[in-house]
Amino acid sequence: MQKVNRLKPFFENIAFEREDNHMIVNFGPQHPSAHGQLRLILELDGEKVTKATPDIGYLHRGMEKMAENMIYNEFLPTTDRMDYIAATSNNYGFALAVETLIGLEVPRRAKVIRMLLLELNRITSHLFWLATHALDVGAMTIFLYAFREREYALDLIEDYCGARLTHSSVRIGGVPLDLPKGWLEKLNAYVNRLPYDIEDYEGLLDQNRIWKMRLEGVGIVTPEQAQSWGCSGPMLRGSGIAWDIRKEEPYELYDEVEFDVPVSTTCDSYGRYKLHMEEMRQSIRILKQLMPMYDETAPEIIAHAPQYVSAPKEQIMTQNYSLMQHFVLVTQGMRPPVGEVYVPTESPKGELGFYINSQGDPYPYRLKLRAPSFFHTALLQEMLVGEYLADVVAIIGNANIVFGEIDR
Amino acid sequence: MRPYSDKQNVQKKPYYSDRYFVAPQIPKEAVESDAVFAQDLAILQAKFEIKEAYIQRGQLVVYIDARDNVALLQTLKDECAYNILSEHSAIDWLAKSNEFELFYQLLSTSKRKRLRVKCFIHEKEVLQSVYGVYKSADWAEREMYDMFGIAISGHPYMKRLLMPDDWFGHPLLKTYPLHGDEAARWYEIDKIFGKEYRDIIGPEERDSARVDENDTYRFARLGHEVPFGAEPSREKTFHDYQEESGVTIVKSLKKSESKIVKERP
Repeated sequence: MQKVNRLKPFFENIAFEREDNHMIVNFGPQHPSAHGQLRLILELDGEKVTKATPDIGYLHRGMEKMAENMIYNEFLPTTDRMDYIAATSNNYGFALAVETLIGLEVPRRAKVIRMLLLELNRITSHLFWLATHALDVGAMTIFLYAFREREYALDLIEDYCGARLTHSSVRIGGVPLDLPKGWLEKLNAYVNRLPYDIEDYEGLLDQNRIWKMRLEGVGIVTPEQAQSWGCSGPMLRGSGIAWDIRKEEPYELYDEVEFDVPVSTTCDSYGRYKLHMEEMRQSIRILKQLMPMYDETAPEIIAHAPQYVSAPKEQIMTQNYSLMQHFVLVTQGMRPPVGEVYVPTESPKGELGFYINSQGDPYPYRLKLRAPSFFHTALLQEMLVGEYLADVVAIIGNANIVFGEIDR
Repeated sequence: MRPYSDKQNVQKKPYYSDRYFVAPQIPKEAVESDAVFAQDLAILQAKFEIKEAYIQRGQLVVYIDARDNVALLQTLKDECAYNILSEHSAIDWLAKSNEFELFYQLLSTSKRKRLRVKCFIHEKEVLQSVYGVYKSADWAEREMYDMFGIAISGHPYMKRLLMPDDWFGHPLLKTYPLHGDEAARWYEIDKIFGKEYRDIIGPEERDSARVDENDTYRFARLGHEVPFGAEPSREKTFHDYQEESGVTIVKSLKKSESKIVKERP
């Protein structure tokens, strides 16, 4: 027999008052526009939001706990599942953090390949953002176009590492593979085509009356708010603060390539839309500069540090000592020095940071994943107040949140 | 006799350790080596007790008294232009010294500098919320409470963030097993069906890698599959994925006609 109070989630006990037009609405966790498992408890006055309480944790897998029970190389594929829209940026953030921890210099060719993948990931992420955001607002055509171009970028990534979603295409100390033959030509064809596609999107959206009405003046984030709530990436630059980690604290070869950091001073969703489009153009610019740089590099793709990193595959298969090292590194794991690092990287969503506390064991003593979307979702509490219920979807879509990295 | 296991730290341990291995340390540089950090530290030292300060991998690390946290972060924000609190969490040292180590990771966009403020609190000590200084501490502190059980006073909405409200225990403690404790095994059973169904349904299997030989409902019995609900069988099931004559659309593979490529096309 069923108990009266069983099978009744506690939120149903909130009084659904209807006096003076006040209402509490549960948005999600299965809402198609919630971009994952976001549950928002919205208190409405008529159609205006008076209080918003985001409730997260529906995708919580305890990655930080998992990291404490895994050797460093073992954890790398897990990072794919954070921001699964741009998996390489997570792999890279983690790899860079461990490299900083052990003080490892990566060969130049690996750096170029990593940057190629990172910028390609930024493009796929932004295209995905544009597609789903436009779909939320009601522009179906853009969704189809943007997904087509995203597919070509995914094909390129698949050509490189064999995966489309969870890439694991970076290793601690370098990259696992060199670029396949003809890859750069394919990439070249893609980046030559993409600017025209971006122009097409802008032609459909920029002066589109519905698009402008839904986005302009909606989801205002003042510079003070953005800083106080720990925003990063497009959310911070959309509030007029020119801060791009690639520019300000350059890692890899970002100080050798030329690119601009677009900033929007309108602080609204439309400004952030323009920002994303411009960022894709800058990524294309970086990719174009990287392609000739690749040819000038020496063929090493993984750092030589036998204590921490396995040798390249050919060497493992031919050299006895490399095989022994590899065996030890796989079964026991590397033991980085004692200390702690916090390494931020500019992922497509914002500042993706890895804090690692190492006690000299093969397992990190503490690993904290700083996900940009986590802080952007917290901001929703303040951002949504005063907005209309219909705009909530537009604002969530615009904030570019991904639940894999919020709940971790 | 049961094998010894460390109850204070149930995390995975390396199965082999060289007893003569001494892990190297990441070098710590003096604060004087960086003019900007030296200036920041001078401002802090004038007002607060600084226990230790050094630069590690380009970032200033400052150890303070946990009771100074709000005032010190306010000073850093107002006088030293550290405008963003990027991250804030804790490290569990309960087994070693009955303490939590907290860190506040700060960023100054105008100076392009990152600073880490650290402090220790005892297990039952209450920490002041820094929500009034940086609002990004809102969820960071909630997550910290959720994961470590560190009580925060002065927070506007101190509630669990990632785990359910009625969850027992704090998952990131070193005493908490990776696959959950006893309460976690029964959480969903109790919640959905009720305690009286515990015997019928059994505990939740939280180890995703576990293979149960008698499990006929999942694909655990590879090579010995039986129809849904049927008794497990010892007989090997025969699989032929490609019919000899070929299916309408699918061509059957002929080894002699296939070609092995030397490199990726």
